[in-house]
Amino acid sequence: MAQTNESSLLFDQPGPKGRRTIRIANLIAAVIFALVILMILMRLHNPPDGENQLSWELWKPALDYEAWSDFYLPGLWLTIKASVLAVIGSVLFGFIFGIGRLLPNLILRTVSGVIVEFCRAVPVLMLMIFFWRWFAFSGVSEASYWAVVLGLILYNGSVVAELIRSGVGNLPNGQREASLALGLTRTQSLMQIEVPQAVYAMLPAAVTQLVVVLKDTALGSIIMYTDLLQESRRLGSMYFNILQTLVVAAVIYFLVCFLLSHFARWLPKKMQERTAAPADFVEPVAPLAIMDPSNVNQIAVAKEVDEDKYGGAPRQYHAHHRGSNASIKHWKKTRYIQGYDRTQPDTLVDPKSLDIPEFLKPSPPHKVKGGKGKKKGNGHSKGSSDTPDKES
Amino acid sequence: MQGTGIHARRFFRNLTAFLCALACLFSLTACGSDKEAGKIRIGIKFDQPGLGFKKSGTYVGFDVDVATYVANKLGYSEDDIIWKEAPSKQREAMLQNGDVDMIVATYSITDERKKAVSFAGPYIVAGQDLMVRTDDHQINGPEDLNGKRLCSVTGSTSAVTVKQKFASEVQLMEQPGYAECATALFSGIVDAVTTDDIILAGLASASRGRLRLVGKPFTQERYGVGIKKGDKALAKKINAALADMEANGSWQRALDNNTRGTHYRPDPRYNPPKPQEGE
Amino acid sequence: MGSVLQLFSEYNIPGAFWVNIQLTLWSALFSLILGVILVVMRISPISSMRVFGRTYVEFFQNMPLTIIMVFMVLGVFAQLKLSFSTVFSVNFFWLAVVGLSLYTAAFVCESLRSGINTVPLGQAEAARALGLSFIQSASEIILPQAFRGSVAPLGNTFIALLKNSTVAAAASVATESSSLMSEMIEYHANSIVAIFLIFALGYVILVLPIGALTTFLSNKLAVRR
Repeated sequence: MAQTNESSLLFDQPGPKGRRTIRIANLIAAVIFALVILMILMRLHNPPDGENQLSWELWKPALDYEAWSDFYLPGLWLTIKASVLAVIGSVLFGFIFGIGRLLPNLILRTVSGVIVEFCRAVPVLMLMIFFWRWFAFSGVSEASYWAVVLGLILYNGSVVAELIRSGVGNLPNGQREASLALGLTRTQSLMQIEVPQAVYAMLPAAVTQLVVVLKDTALGSIIMYTDLLQESRRLGSMYFNILQTLVVAAVIYFLVCFLLSHFARWLPKKMQERTAAPADFVEPVAPLAIMDPSNVNQIAVAKEVDEDKYGGAPRQYHAHHRGSNASIKHWKKTRYIQGYDRTQPDTLVDPKSLDIPEFLKPSPPHKVKGGKGKKKGNGHSKGSSDTPDKES
Repeated sequence: MQGTGIHARRFFRNLTAFLCALACLFSLTACGSDKEAGKIRIGIKFDQPGLGFKKSGTYVGFDVDVATYVANKLGYSEDDIIWKEAPSKQREAMLQNGDVDMIVATYSITDERKKAVSFAGPYIVAGQDLMVRTDDHQINGPEDLNGKRLCSVTGSTSAVTVKQKFASEVQLMEQPGYAECATALFSGIVDAVTTDDIILAGLASASRGRLRLVGKPFTQERYGVGIKKGDKALAKKINAALADMEANGSWQRALDNNTRGTHYRPDPRYNPPKPQEGE
Repeated sequence: MGSVLQLFSEYNIPGAFWVNIQLTLWSALFSLILGVILVVMRISPISSMRVFGRTYVEFFQNMPLTIIMVFMVLGVFAQLKLSFSTVFSVNFFWLAVVGLSLYTAAFVCESLRSGINTVPLGQAEAARALGLSFIQSASEIILPQAFRGSVAPLGNTFIALLKNSTVAAAASVATESSSLMSEMIEYHANSIVAIFLIFALGYVILVLPIGALTTFLSNKLAVRR
């Protein structure tokens, strides 16, 4: 959807001549693409030595009923079993340490922070190998299964923890201010008001994380977990058609991940109805740079600017305190400025001088330009969409 | 925000119920297969053609035949056997914590392993050998591998043995399984695959005549039946069953069945071995 | 403590990390180039290029890296006979670099695309009004600003790439750190926790400065508007 807009910005709508050029370019591209595919197929059909990889003799055992019933489907079931359990575990892990990272208690916060950062820094494969060998030595049955699950939980749980942290940070400040004003303690406010709302905001991201988990279970084959990849290898070792069985496995992986990631893109619309925080689709890239105190989701920031760009309706929530300063007292100093939030002009202060930079000051619609930002700040709120735009 | 609160509470309740349901499901599937009375649990390989391989719901291979024969002699019919997968690195652990009653899975008898488990057998003495393409007559032993390319399985020491003792100029490729090695051998990117000859024979047998064994084993690996440490009575029974199997010809029949078309003969100096380990 | 020192003298642990760092740096270079090409394709006026860019990204984002690595060896090398060197270890290293680069390029492309979204509409409009062609406005106006806006996602992708370089084990790169860790655990089962901590801390030490630098750069370079 954004793509058409985005691209149309960079070039004029092509005229008749431009359209012809584009048609020709498309044709050439199609021919080149077809040629490359043809060359690869020729090579597979008739390799210098070795055998014809396209022969039905090799493909049949990779596709027949027995292959599905004995190998792919049991393997897929184990893959899904490990991923679902890992997602549940990582949500729990993420809750515990994500909330731990927001608590007012300094020790709990530090410990949670260290654990989360550690788990995000260590490669999943290493976690898996370690747990696998460790469990095997200490006599845990199904060592590879638990190693896969635990390895995935630790890594993805730490990502979920960060999602919760940014989910809470993205809530309008008024939520906490109101609950504190009602006499709740900071912990109560966190647990009863902020985190439940953050859950809705992070659900789509959690589904996206499911794709990452599903892809990462394939690492389990390295530690002999009999997932889809391992089962397809096994099938291939009987008829020496491992290339063919791997292609089938790759197609299955792709389809499952593809469907899941599209589900994740559809989910935000549903979730947005239930939270005051932005329930945006979060890219499968870990959403934030490690050790970022402001915990800014750059992609979300980018999207927000994007929204204004195309003249959509202004957001109903504030964007000024993106990031997880929920428990950091100095949130005013650590917050990130990007984009002009017309609902909260007073928040656009420079973090160092605590003053609004000149170029960000909203020009008052009916007054002389360059008025004091502070004064206007209070006047702006919901109704701000009625006032003319700063830039226009 | 009232609405959000109610939603949130309902959501949490649903979530809790969902988690409980899932926990039940996973604990069942993960740990459901507990010990059953009157059955014997045997650990084998599931992914080694010719030795232990899962195929259409049944298990085939030389190890499987040996295990079935032994189990029969111990008084278990074929239906009483529960087959479990015993990957190389988990074999000791599986025996130690009682996941299986015995392991017949290309399990070499070594002093290192005898510290943790006991063995019965050996039921065959395999030896490290090379597998090459049928039309390739340049490689007739590990000494010919200089300047050639050799494939072995990740974490196995067999390739290192070749490099250190026979051919220092050999190039090594490590793959997660022997099937990958065999595929690489087919396509010509490696010239030989090395591991124990019986494993290679199983692979060559499945290759429809396109791969062959060199047939000059240069080590001895005594394959035994792994059992819980110190169970001398069981070891005695297993050894008796194995001796019986060798004597009445079923041993040779099982070997021939599973290495069909490869003219594989286990090293005649050591085979058939006298099973007397662990008594 | 003594046993840890002994492990260091017995195995070349920094060497294994160096392999991962080399894998990461080369893959980062190639995936950045490929990612820029892909993102230009995705915003280009030619529809077939847009379709190709989108398909590429969808494909690699939904494909496990392990499978890509296995395919690099068994498909690209064994069947298509694409080889970088007759020396095996060199060859597998470069095959792993190609696999990592192809995979990471999809994520680099998406990071840059999110950076493009931070560039205000007026910039593109002004570029067009000045009569710049698509290539000119992309390379002179949009991409330089997009880079500055996408430092954080690019940094995350880079960290992910460093961690993913351990999956090169699946492409027969036997000298990298996760393979060395398995080998060490095999022979020193008693100090398994110590071995794991050595490698884990190695990655923490590598990752944290990258993360800190990313955060610093993304705050410093972001175009204030």
